[in-house]
Amino acid sequence: MAFFMQQVVNALQRGSFYALIALGYSMVYGVLMLFNFAHGDVFMVGAYIGFFVSSGLLALSAVGFLSLPTGVTLALVLVLTLIISMLLNSVVGMLVERIGYRPLRGAPRASAAITGLMIGIILETSNLALLGAQRRSFPDLIPGETIHVLGVNITPKKIVIVAVSLLLMFGLHLFVRRTKWGMAMRAMAYDYVVVPLMGVSINTIALLTFGLGSALAAAAGILYGVAYPVLDPYMGVLFGWKAFVAAIVGGRGSVLGAGLAGFLLGFIEIFVAAFLPSTMRDLIAFSIILVILTFRPHGFFGEPYSAQLRL
Amino acid sequence: MLLSVENLAVSYDRIKALHGISFEVEEGEIVCIIGANGAGKSTTLRAISRMLPVEKGTRMTFGGQDLLSYPADKVVSELGVSHVPEGRRLFANLTVMENLKLAAFARTDPRGIERDMERVFGIFSRLKERIGQKAGTLSGGEQQMLAVGRALVSARRLMLLDEPSMGLAPLLMRSVFEALEGINREGTTILVVEQNARMALHFAQRGYVLESGNLVLEGRSEELLANPEVKAAYLGG
Ligand SMILES: Nc1ncnc2c1ncn2[C@@H]1O[C@H](COP(=O)(O)OP(=O)(O)OP(=O)(O)O)[C@@H](O)[C@H]1O
Ligand SMILES: [Mg+2]
Repeated sequence: MAFFMQQVVNALQRGSFYALIALGYSMVYGVLMLFNFAHGDVFMVGAYIGFFVSSGLLALSAVGFLSLPTGVTLALVLVLTLIISMLLNSVVGMLVERIGYRPLRGAPRASAAITGLMIGIILETSNLALLGAQRRSFPDLIPGETIHVLGVNITPKKIVIVAVSLLLMFGLHLFVRRTKWGMAMRAMAYDYVVVPLMGVSINTIALLTFGLGSALAAAAGILYGVAYPVLDPYMGVLFGWKAFVAAIVGGRGSVLGAGLAGFLLGFIEIFVAAFLPSTMRDLIAFSIILVILTFRPHGFFGEPYSAQLRL
Repeated sequence: MLLSVENLAVSYDRIKALHGISFEVEEGEIVCIIGANGAGKSTTLRAISRMLPVEKGTRMTFGGQDLLSYPADKVVSELGVSHVPEGRRLFANLTVMENLKLAAFARTDPRGIERDMERVFGIFSRLKERIGQKAGTLSGGEQQMLAVGRALVSARRLMLLDEPSMGLAPLLMRSVFEALEGINREGTTILVVEQNARMALHFAQRGYVLESGNLVLEGRSEELLANPEVKAAYLGG
């Protein structure tokens, strides 16, 4: 039982990363009918931004900019790192939309997919060119002893990672459901052609969608850096693909679906690795996904049709 | 002159849909364009609301402003031109209220928005009872009411209406047109395109006849209703 609970805790943490990244894929796909294949690399950029922001803040506090107890300082650094990096990374996402995708609006869908792949490669290689091949290690912003609860090892890291992820997802849910901006995104997901007739600029909503997704990707990058402190320019590739798969399993444009499917993927991976050799993890995890998609080709929460027509 | 269209030409891919048509709409008027399937009626409205690119040589002004210098969303939010598109095109996944709120997206006068919403509910009381209902589950007539209501909330100087009679039973059609007359009396200019020529000509003061991308006739509604060619081609003899 303790072993099982331990896997659940681990799966929740791993699922948090997938869920946060999957939301970005899903929103962009839902609103703009576009697979943003650069999103995994936007996650990587977010992790690096988080690395520089947190290192900078820690350096400031080290020279006595802040004289607070260590725990408070670290908490403050974490919160500020999240906020600043999410803002900065949303700008990165908006630039990707503006420079990469906007000129291709109306072009065949394959062109946009290829553009996404190229932007991804450009982000990876410019990181390499600017920062060199050496790996960076993310500062430990959430130290603390492991707590044993009924034989389950829980670290403060895991609690914070899962809590922050859930909080951000809930925030996104409220934004999409309750604000007029979220309403415009939902409208655009249904029928983007008539959105301008409501006096709403498609370009603005496109930027907003990319910005939101990239902000969440930055949060994922920071939390990932806290959990697995080694950053490298290609960290977003496989991870991004997995989150993309989660977005598809969740269903086209479904925020709830992407979140849940992210956690589902985390669970599958962790539980496969718990009982079988870890080399088989991805093979089995993706085979399970393949079976799921065979029976639910639109994912769990996707709508089996699209109303996108020409005006 | 509120709207002036000169030499409007539009092509889809390589097929020309409009061959350089010219017409005008005065402030306060109700004007209709009638024509058969594929004549280019919807294309004309889409060009005015800047949903479609136009060809070189086209000039369009609205209230003295060069329409071609405005993107589609600004035509609505800055010039005050609303467009009820063919097939209504409601956001079926949003509620009635959300559809109306979205139409007010770019407006910054909360009081004015509230007043316009009340006005919409005054005209179409059936919508008021259904504010929480998903637009996709409304009946055809209710959907048409919501489509018009949405246009009223988004902009009220000029309303472009694409086949408001489509799919409506005669009685309901009459009440929609009566509501539109009321909207016009309150100061909204209306340009309507219709296949239902009889209905349109009784509703409008002036009309144009569009045939394969060319305007072939124009006149006061009474004249067009009495015109033998119009009678033969559009009024069933
Ligand atoms: N998106 C499009 N792509 C290619 N051709 C189009 C497109 N939309 C319209 N057309 C063509 O342009 C011409 C005019 O179409 P339009 O929709 O303006 O006609 P209409 O007068 O509104 O007809 P209806 O009464 O059937 O709605 C038609 O020949 C049509 O086939
Ligand atoms: Mg038409």
